Amino acid sequence: MTRLTPIIVLLFFASVPWWLTDQYLLHTLITTGIFILAAMSLNLLLGYTGQLSLGHVAFFGIGAYTSALTALGFDVELFGLFRVVHEPWPPVLGLLFGTLVAALCGFVIGKLSFRVRGAYFVIVTISFAEVTRLVSLNWVELTQGPLALPGIPPLTIGFPGLGYMTLWEKTENYYVVLAFIVLAYILIKRLVNSRFGRAMIALKGNESLATSVGIDVTRYLVIAAIVSAGMAGCAGALYAHYIQIIDPMIFMFLNTVTMVIMVITGGKGTLAGPLVGGLIFGLAPVVLRSYVGPEIQWILYGLLMIVVVFVLPQGIVPAIEQWFNRTKAEPLREPSVAGKGERA
Amino acid sequence: MNVDQLLQHLANTLIMGGTYALLGIGLTLIFGIMRVVNFTHGELYAFGAYGLYFVSVVLGMNFYVSILFAIAGGMVLGALIELVLLRPKRGADIDTTMLLMIGAWIVLQNTEHLAWGSIAKSIPSPFPTEPLVIGPISLSWLRIFVFGVAILLIIATYFLINRTRLGNAMRATFQDTDTAALMGVNIRAIYTMTFALGSGLAAAAGALLGPVFVVTPTMGDLASLKAFAIVILGGLGNITGATIGGFILAFVEEIGAGYISSGYRDAMGFLIIIVVLLFRPTGIFARVERIG
Repeated sequence: MTRLTPIIVLLFFASVPWWLTDQYLLHTLITTGIFILAAMSLNLLLGYTGQLSLGHVAFFGIGAYTSALTALGFDVELFGLFRVVHEPWPPVLGLLFGTLVAALCGFVIGKLSFRVRGAYFVIVTISFAEVTRLVSLNWVELTQGPLALPGIPPLTIGFPGLGYMTLWEKTENYYVVLAFIVLAYILIKRLVNSRFGRAMIALKGNESLATSVGIDVTRYLVIAAIVSAGMAGCAGALYAHYIQIIDPMIFMFLNTVTMVIMVITGGKGTLAGPLVGGLIFGLAPVVLRSYVGPEIQWILYGLLMIVVVFVLPQGIVPAIEQWFNRTKAEPLREPSVAGKGERA
Repeated sequence: MNVDQLLQHLANTLIMGGTYALLGIGLTLIFGIMRVVNFTHGELYAFGAYGLYFVSVVLGMNFYVSILFAIAGGMVLGALIELVLLRPKRGADIDTTMLLMIGAWIVLQNTEHLAWGSIAKSIPSPFPTEPLVIGPISLSWLRIFVFGVAILLIIATYFLINRTRLGNAMRATFQDTDTAALMGVNIRAIYTMTFALGSGLAAAAGALLGPVFVVTPTMGDLASLKAFAIVILGGLGNITGATIGGFILAFVEEIGAGYISSGYRDAMGFLIIIVVLLFRPTGIFARVERIG
């Protein structure tokens, strides 16, 4: 693809609120954007280091709950010994804390679960997500359990001296989410093209070889987990302040599955993959819901996942890239090197 | 904490442990022999429960015969999953098959939703509601029956694996697939049978616990996760480990729910996983190296 493509795509999406009048569609685009952000963070682990984290929704949910509780305040008694009272803080701080706490959890879970690989890693991450779900359901004093946390204030952005703005409107939220996606895109791009990214790709290709040339595999994996978890937490915090109510359903395994489907359909280990996959699956319910119920929608998602694994194991973006490179550079290059060196 | 209460908890542990062991053995067999992390395991468990409901309540057949039908149905469904999804992808890396299994899991679960609705179903059992009281312990007859059948199935599985020609071929495949193939073991048939057997055990666990609790489309999720916990505890591919792991999980859940908080009953399994990984990442009864 050309260097201009990302700019053109960005300009297109920046123009959407100017001509899109359907508020429901705009709302769907915002939630899709938030899920794309989460899928991008998952891609960092799944695509670049090759570790299938199936507990990613935990970081998303932790970010959402931390941010919401920072903004709402809480009053809990710990172990019946002492009370922790927290007065409401501005939502922007919530966003920051949500990101940081999720990143911290990423560090702990990374330290713990990168002792094992493959199947074990997957199971540990699922277990972690399930524990967080049960905590959010049972720690009623803090999270109100299944009664949900309502009335989360929307984000207020601004700078001292320049004035502040509270994000009540959909259009404003849309631009904030878009800005975060651009930020995440740049961050991931820089990471992947740095020494760190090369180390990740090396260890995905052959972990023993990577270790033998002096790459501290576990350290890099933990760093990837921290960045990935923080980004997912940030997405969760954005979600909480946009939707303004969260409940333990946020930890649903199907949310992780949605992220995984977005990444593998779009193309794991590519920058554009989660964006393409995210748009497809974020907007699919808009089309599907007028024809079928949610069960059929999920059945279709499941079937599609199976079909993608069989037909398009690399995902959509690499397939297009390969096709594009082949038609452009066929006389010059061997097809085997035509796939860009972006993936391992 | 008094002794009577503890005895009751221990009795409950034994009864739940039997079905947990069934779940764990099924999953660990499939992983050990096929190297597949079977996310559909919990759905096969739910399928067993719905199978029992369908045959005994909807069709009105005898309760005991219905259990056999449910187990057989689970085996057939398992064999189908293996033939359609896993056989074409044999030799693919573990992540690929994992994604396939997740896709199958979602399809199966939502098909159950569609077919049965989300309202929980209960299955009447032919046992008297009056419990059996032995000293301080009281046990329902249904639960005793569940325990007995689970133990019978565990023994039958041990016999199958260790004493029969098929079991011999399975163990050979587990040790070294290529050599087993060279010795004339039909690997493809072994894989299909292993998956069918594992699925049958999951369906059996579902059919046994279906009448004890209620049957819902999402009941498989926790079953899958608990089976994973059991298998991590015992070491992937280790049948004895899975059997003991099933009882350990039941014990921890029972004690956790009884003395800490019943809301966290289902979290106990995951805490076990985390503790095991902290202190003994190779599993309690591990024989095989798992890292790398």
